Amino acid sequence: MSGAHNMEKFVQVQTVGQTFDTKKGKFVALRDINLTIKQGEFVALIGHSGCGKSTLLNLIAGLTKPTAGVLLLEDREIAGPGPERAVVFQNHSLLPWLTCFENVYLAVERVFGTKEGKPKLRDRTAAAISLVGLDHACSKYPHEISGGMKQRVGIARALSMEPKVLLMDEPFGALDALTRAKLQDELMRICEATKATTVMVTHDVDEAVLLSDRIVMMTNGPAATIGEILEVNLPRPRHRLTLAHDPDYIGHRAAVLEFLYEKQAHVEKQAA
Amino acid sequence: MSALTMNVEFGAKIPVDRGIEQVAVVEATAAPAKEKKMEKTLTAPAEPGTPFTERLAGFGRAVLPPLLGMVILIGIWYIATMKGGSIPGPLQTWDAATLLFADPFYQNGPNDQGIGWNILSSLQRVGVGFGFAAVVGIPLGFILGRSAFLSAMVNPIISLLRPVSPLAWLPIGLLVFQRADPAATYTIFICSIWPMIMNTAQGVQRVPQDYLNVARVLALSEWKVVTRILLPAVLPYILTGIRLSIGTAWLVIVAAEMLTGGVGIGFWVWDEWNNLKVEHIIIAIFVIGIVGLILEQSLILLARKLTKESS
Repeated sequence: MSGAHNMEKFVQVQTVGQTFDTKKGKFVALRDINLTIKQGEFVALIGHSGCGKSTLLNLIAGLTKPTAGVLLLEDREIAGPGPERAVVFQNHSLLPWLTCFENVYLAVERVFGTKEGKPKLRDRTAAAISLVGLDHACSKYPHEISGGMKQRVGIARALSMEPKVLLMDEPFGALDALTRAKLQDELMRICEATKATTVMVTHDVDEAVLLSDRIVMMTNGPAATIGEILEVNLPRPRHRLTLAHDPDYIGHRAAVLEFLYEKQAHVEKQAA
Repeated sequence: MSALTMNVEFGAKIPVDRGIEQVAVVEATAAPAKEKKMEKTLTAPAEPGTPFTERLAGFGRAVLPPLLGMVILIGIWYIATMKGGSIPGPLQTWDAATLLFADPFYQNGPNDQGIGWNILSSLQRVGVGFGFAAVVGIPLGFILGRSAFLSAMVNPIISLLRPVSPLAWLPIGLLVFQRADPAATYTIFICSIWPMIMNTAQGVQRVPQDYLNVARVLALSEWKVVTRILLPAVLPYILTGIRLSIGTAWLVIVAAEMLTGGVGIGFWVWDEWNNLKVEHIIIAIFVIGIVGLILEQSLILLARKLTKESS
């Protein structure tokens, strides 16, 4: 197996389906998902709420097991959750009884604790917190900092593990527009610096176009699957202000909007 | 960025008076915006610039009603016992109390000891029984909370045994231990253990899934899961269990000691009844109430301190 092979097919999702047992019987959340992610690629999963994009992310994370098909990372089956697939949760999920530093240190210690001494682990933790620009908040508890800062600590925790894949579940969904924009810029900078392979669930079209190399658009649930995949060939580094007037950017944005609001527009009717 | 840095300064002084409420853990993850508002309203009245009369009025509002209640209670007691009868009035009781508390730690043989000794030996029994209950009950609660199978297995037994008065267990204790003292302690153990198990198990079951997902993604060892995630998350529940049990334990010890005899506040009440010293019984009622109040309040304080550190 060549390295190039692995680079091209870093994460593979093969005919994956997910069915949940509910009180009303079986609920098919996902069906026939096929997706291959390159190493270093930034992929956004977008779709209306309830389309199973978070379900797909949880499958890649290994938090849930697929009822059909198989998921591979570097040609090995994803059998369960693990630190090589770090997750940034939607609601940050910091432990409230640990300081920001301790929250990140817990992850660092888990991943590198067997190989490295405490000073080195502390350096790693500090570096990760530095990366998201929170050096001043190290000793603060999560309830003492703003929502945006919490989410940045969550990102620092994920990055500190040097994961093979960074999984983000609507990481900026709960933030105000200004903070979100700032964190998006920061995330772009970090991903460029670390070459992290990233899968991000989002419902924000601008976010998807701005950040991604590819946008995976999902059909409406139940039994959701991948509707279209859009390649975003905008040059990096990207700047939101210059892109705002870029015809390619506008075109991509329109394509996603068209998919969401014309081809998959019947979601309101179903929900009602 | 400026908006973010402002929040940092805010955070430094956020009061953590969420105390022992069961939702403490959940609240800690909630939006910080609320806490900011709360802080403003909390710190504002405490400014040193507040007029003196304002503070005096606040003090009066806090102290006056309880004081009035006490005065009325003693007044009713006084009026009810004015015409004499078997129940002594407040003044007689007060006289007896000053005499009693003049020498609380005398010892004239095993059946005649000062009230101080009686209180202490009751407290000791509660402490030992309670301590054993904590040592057994909290880990058991953890296990039941973690395992659905064990929980389903043990829950019917607990539901069956929990409503049983701890005193019903006393004869079994006497039979097993052959002596009154450990039997009374054992009764305390029995009555304290249920709230500890139930609350700990409930706390473990209610640990937010988010935290457990973090543990799973990090693939933490079971030891780390327990020390870093479960224990801190469950602590408020454990403390509630402890607070509930200490109340019951203090209720039960009086009754248990009445039955077992020896030294202890319960036995003392019974002894004074046999001696027909009714004023001493009334004193004992007050003493038991005050000690119970102190126990509960000190546990609330402890809980507040611990949850403050952990959240």
